[in-house]
Amino acid sequence: MATASGNEPLFVERFPDEAAVARANLLVAFVALGIGAFFGLVQALHRTDILRIIDSADYYTLLTGHGVLLAIVFTIFGLAAFFHWATARSLDQPAVSSLFSWAWFGLMTTGSVLASVAILGGLVPSLGISADVLFTFYAPLQAHPIFYIGLAMFIVGTWLSGADWFLSYRAWREDNPNERIPLQAFMVLTTMIMWYIATVGVAVSVVFFLIPWSLGLIESVNPLLTRTLFWFFGHPIVYFWLMPAYMMWYTVLPKLAGGRLFSDPLARVVFLLFLLLSTPVGIHHQYLDPGIAEGFKFIAMTNTMFLLLPSLLTAFTAVASIEHGARQRGGEGYLSWLGALPWRDPAFAGMAFAGLIFAAGGFSGMINAGMNINYLIHNSLWVPGHFHMTVGTAVALTFMAAAYWLVPQLTGTKLYSRPIGLLQVVLWFVGMVFMSNAMHRAGLAGIPRRTAEPQYQNFDFVTPIGSIFELRVQIAFGGLLLFLSVVLFLFNMLLTAFGEKSERPVDEYLPEPLSGPEGSPRVLDNLGLWTGIAVVLVILAYTLPIAGIIQNGGGLFGGGLPVPVTVFPDVEIVKTVLAGAFAALAGVLL
Amino acid sequence: MEIHAYEKLWLALALVLIVGFIGTITYGAAGAGIEMIDDKGGTVDPATLDDHPKFGDPGIEKTGENSYDVYLVARQFVFEPGTSEPLRVPEGSTVTFHVTAADVIHGFDVVGTNANTMAIPGQVAEFTVRFEEQGEYGIVCNEYCGSGHHVMEGSIVVMEQSEFDSWYAEQNQEGEN
Repeated sequence: MATASGNEPLFVERFPDEAAVARANLLVAFVALGIGAFFGLVQALHRTDILRIIDSADYYTLLTGHGVLLAIVFTIFGLAAFFHWATARSLDQPAVSSLFSWAWFGLMTTGSVLASVAILGGLVPSLGISADVLFTFYAPLQAHPIFYIGLAMFIVGTWLSGADWFLSYRAWREDNPNERIPLQAFMVLTTMIMWYIATVGVAVSVVFFLIPWSLGLIESVNPLLTRTLFWFFGHPIVYFWLMPAYMMWYTVLPKLAGGRLFSDPLARVVFLLFLLLSTPVGIHHQYLDPGIAEGFKFIAMTNTMFLLLPSLLTAFTAVASIEHGARQRGGEGYLSWLGALPWRDPAFAGMAFAGLIFAAGGFSGMINAGMNINYLIHNSLWVPGHFHMTVGTAVALTFMAAAYWLVPQLTGTKLYSRPIGLLQVVLWFVGMVFMSNAMHRAGLAGIPRRTAEPQYQNFDFVTPIGSIFELRVQIAFGGLLLFLSVVLFLFNMLLTAFGEKSERPVDEYLPEPLSGPEGSPRVLDNLGLWTGIAVVLVILAYTLPIAGIIQNGGGLFGGGLPVPVTVFPDVEIVKTVLAGAFAALAGVLL
Repeated sequence: MEIHAYEKLWLALALVLIVGFIGTITYGAAGAGIEMIDDKGGTVDPATLDDHPKFGDPGIEKTGENSYDVYLVARQFVFEPGTSEPLRVPEGSTVTFHVTAADVIHGFDVVGTNANTMAIPGQVAEFTVRFEEQGEYGIVCNEYCGSGHHVMEGSIVVMEQSEFDSWYAEQNQEGEN
């Protein structure tokens, strides 16, 4: 890590072009955040029947916009900003060509705009353009061709952004033949390798099937095949969201806490595990799909469970690094060191809250991954409850918190207001505890996700603890707090960007880890080797299921177990226990 | 590579947890016999569904002493049977469902239970449910399927055996006429 303490020039002075590219990426990310969050508020009020200002048919247009703008545009432009900064910072050299950097930024932005036009066109029926297909765009639901074309341009843009960072790395390697890859650059490169592997699925689906089909060049598609190709990409994208947040937790959070990273080698191991295991797990989103043999689902389940390992290791490292920081600041005792942490710093507090919510989200994720208990909650409101804790908080809140520390480095201006920043991260935390706790419990009551009006003629939903009305109020109230939080964040960022230049807007220095890379085996840095293993794992996990789907038939482990399932008695106990656990968790967190 | 003692302990505990999870699920599948949706339902041509011997006239049919087959089609925005009239099954019966979709991907979820599957055009989801007690259950489509997704619902009525038998006999008579 090249930056030294003291009078080093600011990042924006050393790398003005890189700072400009990162700023542009953040601008797109934050515009998407504002629009997506507004749609989220409308949805939260609509589906809880508190306030309905749109037609229920338009709910799905806004839901598509919410998913695409937040889960694709906000997250990935945020990633590009962080990675562009981290590559230049950790390799201590500018990008090879800033024209190339602007080219991929331009391509990603054009693609995003095209896809957004297709989606929002759904609100103006006379245009004849719509894409009410949600974030997952499962065929045979069909969007206007410019939705798929925009998506393809966006993906190609991300590929070029990765090429930009690899070119920087190659230039650095020529000058430093025997050095270990700096940690942040290592994280950027392993994440991008994972992304190249993962996006093969969506690229094949969009380019070979969905674009020709939407243009009328081919008659039909195999819905199970395009769905499987989507999830080939759809699960690793989760780690594409998370890895920049992890990079911040590993390299920035310990410093904000007052200390330094616990272990560099373990951080490398964690990123390699994500590279290996992120992709051969996508079928766990298809536990309930006919046409895929149980054996393949079992393999995906096993890989998924092992994917818990790098996150559990990260939990250890994050807590250990924070504790080290607290003790450097004079904290003592078994738990009272927590009081010595810089809780008034929105960058620290936001990341710490994000980590706390992520632990709860990890718990519900373990339930999702459980191949059989998953039947209870599949496609229920439990699932959005889960991912609002993970991508919606572990990622989104970490990005916002990191922005309080990073944006001043990119603009050269001081953060406009720390107290507003602190209020913002607290509002997000409280709002998310209300909303996602209630969503999990509503899911256990059987309320489906992605539904404008979860009110039906034939039956009423029953929740084992509390009432459905209480859950609705919690979801709407939580959604309102989250929207207010975004408004405060964007307001703070806007005034920061237009603030006065400062000599030293923020302390940029990142200290070396307690255990450096020297003691770790060099093979960790052998990116070619790890890429090869990752590709082999993907081939093993996917060749047979996809071959089976294409041949419209079975697979190696076809058949399944003939004993019938008894549906009704035991499920009540499981639901009561899980609902009780979430209610208790919310109580503890607040 | 230096790994801290606490970190080793944590790593070991994490692995125990992971292996434990896999163990319980393996037991659930192999020991307790919890059935998964898989590929045994086979495939069907969605374009000619109306001419299919079973899905062309979906509904319930008796296959044994206490066992039944249900053929069910999900299409925008109805379950057949289920929406225009409830799916009737006798109490204490074992019912094997064959669920498919006629147009786009749908979901089939018996509300508040783990009887839950995706309905994908071209694929048949096959699973078996035992209905122990009389009562009424809701069915919802839990996969977004278009602008009327939120009205796609149905119901299952679990009837007393004799009541079911007379309804069933009447149905089949009508079918023959």
